[in-house]
Amino acid sequence: MKNADGKLRAEAIASNIEGSRPPAIEFREVDLAFDDLVILDKVSFTVDRGETRIVLGGSGTGKSTIINLILGLLKPDAGRIMIDGQDITDFEDMDLMRIRKRIGMVFQEGALFDSLSVYENVAYRLHEEGIDEGEVEHEVMRMLQFVDLEDAVDKMPIELSGGMRRRVGIARALAGDPDIVLFDEPTAGLDPPTARNICELAIKLRDIESVTSIFVTHEMDNLGYLSNEYAVIDENGNVQFEREGNKLCMMNTSIMMLRGGRIIFQGTDEQLREVDDPYIRRFVSPSYV
Amino acid sequence: MNPIIKFIVELQDVTNLLWRALKGLRKRPRYFREIMIQMDEIGVGSLAIVALTGFFTGGVLIIQAYPTLAYYGAQSNAGQGVATSLIRELGPVLSALIVAGRVGSAISAELGSMVVSQQIDAMRALGTSPVRKLVTPRVAALVVTLPLLTIAADICGLIGGGLVAQQMYGLDVNTYISSVRTGTNIDDVLGGLIKPLVFGFLIGLISCHKGLTTTGGTVGVGRSTTQAVVASSIAVIISDFFLAKILQSALKTTLF
Repeated sequence: MKNADGKLRAEAIASNIEGSRPPAIEFREVDLAFDDLVILDKVSFTVDRGETRIVLGGSGTGKSTIINLILGLLKPDAGRIMIDGQDITDFEDMDLMRIRKRIGMVFQEGALFDSLSVYENVAYRLHEEGIDEGEVEHEVMRMLQFVDLEDAVDKMPIELSGGMRRRVGIARALAGDPDIVLFDEPTAGLDPPTARNICELAIKLRDIESVTSIFVTHEMDNLGYLSNEYAVIDENGNVQFEREGNKLCMMNTSIMMLRGGRIIFQGTDEQLREVDDPYIRRFVSPSYV
Repeated sequence: MNPIIKFIVELQDVTNLLWRALKGLRKRPRYFREIMIQMDEIGVGSLAIVALTGFFTGGVLIIQAYPTLAYYGAQSNAGQGVATSLIRELGPVLSALIVAGRVGSAISAELGSMVVSQQIDAMRALGTSPVRKLVTPRVAALVVTLPLLTIAADICGLIGGGLVAQQMYGLDVNTYISSVRTGTNIDDVLGGLIKPLVFGFLIGLISCHKGLTTTGGTVGVGRSTTQAVVASSIAVIISDFFLAKILQSALKTTLF
């Protein structure tokens, strides 16, 4: 981590690993199958506080299922799922609602509520919690500013482009300052500049806000942005994006690859590029045969 | 899946949805504003077509019944025939069928679209129960507004019958009104109001269930909308048969 307080944050993550605080997300031997179709097979991993875990894998490998399990939208057949050290595997819906309020979720297509304006979409969670309207308005504008969409506040979702919908989805997920943000293929179907904007938002969240996140994707460009770039605030208070150099190594981003419901790789992007497994090699560089 | 097992599974799902929707009324937040919006959509939005249906049904009842009554010299009882048929049966059933077609399809399509566009997942991810936020208000609104719509249909039907009787057959208005009053008792009115309560429950639950269980993208939305209307209409007609028998026995023993 390379921003102003990078050392401190790196130490914080290191202290999590040492066990002083439980990981933000932990899967222990999680199994899930629909009838005969195995979706996840003995999946175990941990995501520390402030860490971004990029989940790679082809379609149908169980990437989005992991996110649905974290939110409690699906229940595992076996294994345990822990959020902040709390075992949520057997939680009832009411207890899960409490956990979900601490988690932000960015859906593939944005999943904005069509009947609500951008303002109402972003304010949704805050309105549900009965927060004072003045405070809601301030928070909504702060979030829309974060995704650079203040001008769209009164628009309806139908009036927005695909990229704008994803950004509003991110603003909605961030309202209420969740501890964990889950991105489910947020750049799918977007043009490269817009996809990059979405990745920059995830980088800002990671480096400026220290939010724990899981970023599900199968696009290698996203991996490049998230694992090689970082955000810093310059002397004028503006966010700048810089590339990883030789001096420093990113400690807050790791990669996990799934295949057939099993984790076939966990590590950094550098380690990923050195793996000899033909499937991974083909995934990382499609021209590889 | 075997159709019988499929039916039992669906019944279990609908019962489970009913239980969760009822629990939604008991716990906070209660979404009263949402109930009001739905009552406006369902009640006020359906008033015109329900009133129109009632009016012409009353009219056609007179057209069909008057010549036979006149044959036996009992034309002064025409109002009684219209009132009994409308208040006991046709008012509640026709209103429910109209609402099942108009509102049941809309509910199912709306919820189905929300499912396929992941809005329901988003709602759950944001810590809101879709049953409490979407199902409970719709079912509550239907239970409240369907009896009111039935009353509107009954009144319009009686007016329609009266107008046709006077304009086409020259029946005196006072004779018609007097016949309606003498031919209607508290049994008819109570039965005519209990039925739409049950129909409202059935239409709301079935439509919400079909919408929330939509699969297969936009094609699935169309399929679940059709299923919602068909299942709601059949449920209304079948339950009407059993309700008629139950109410006939229950009201006679308690009131008279």
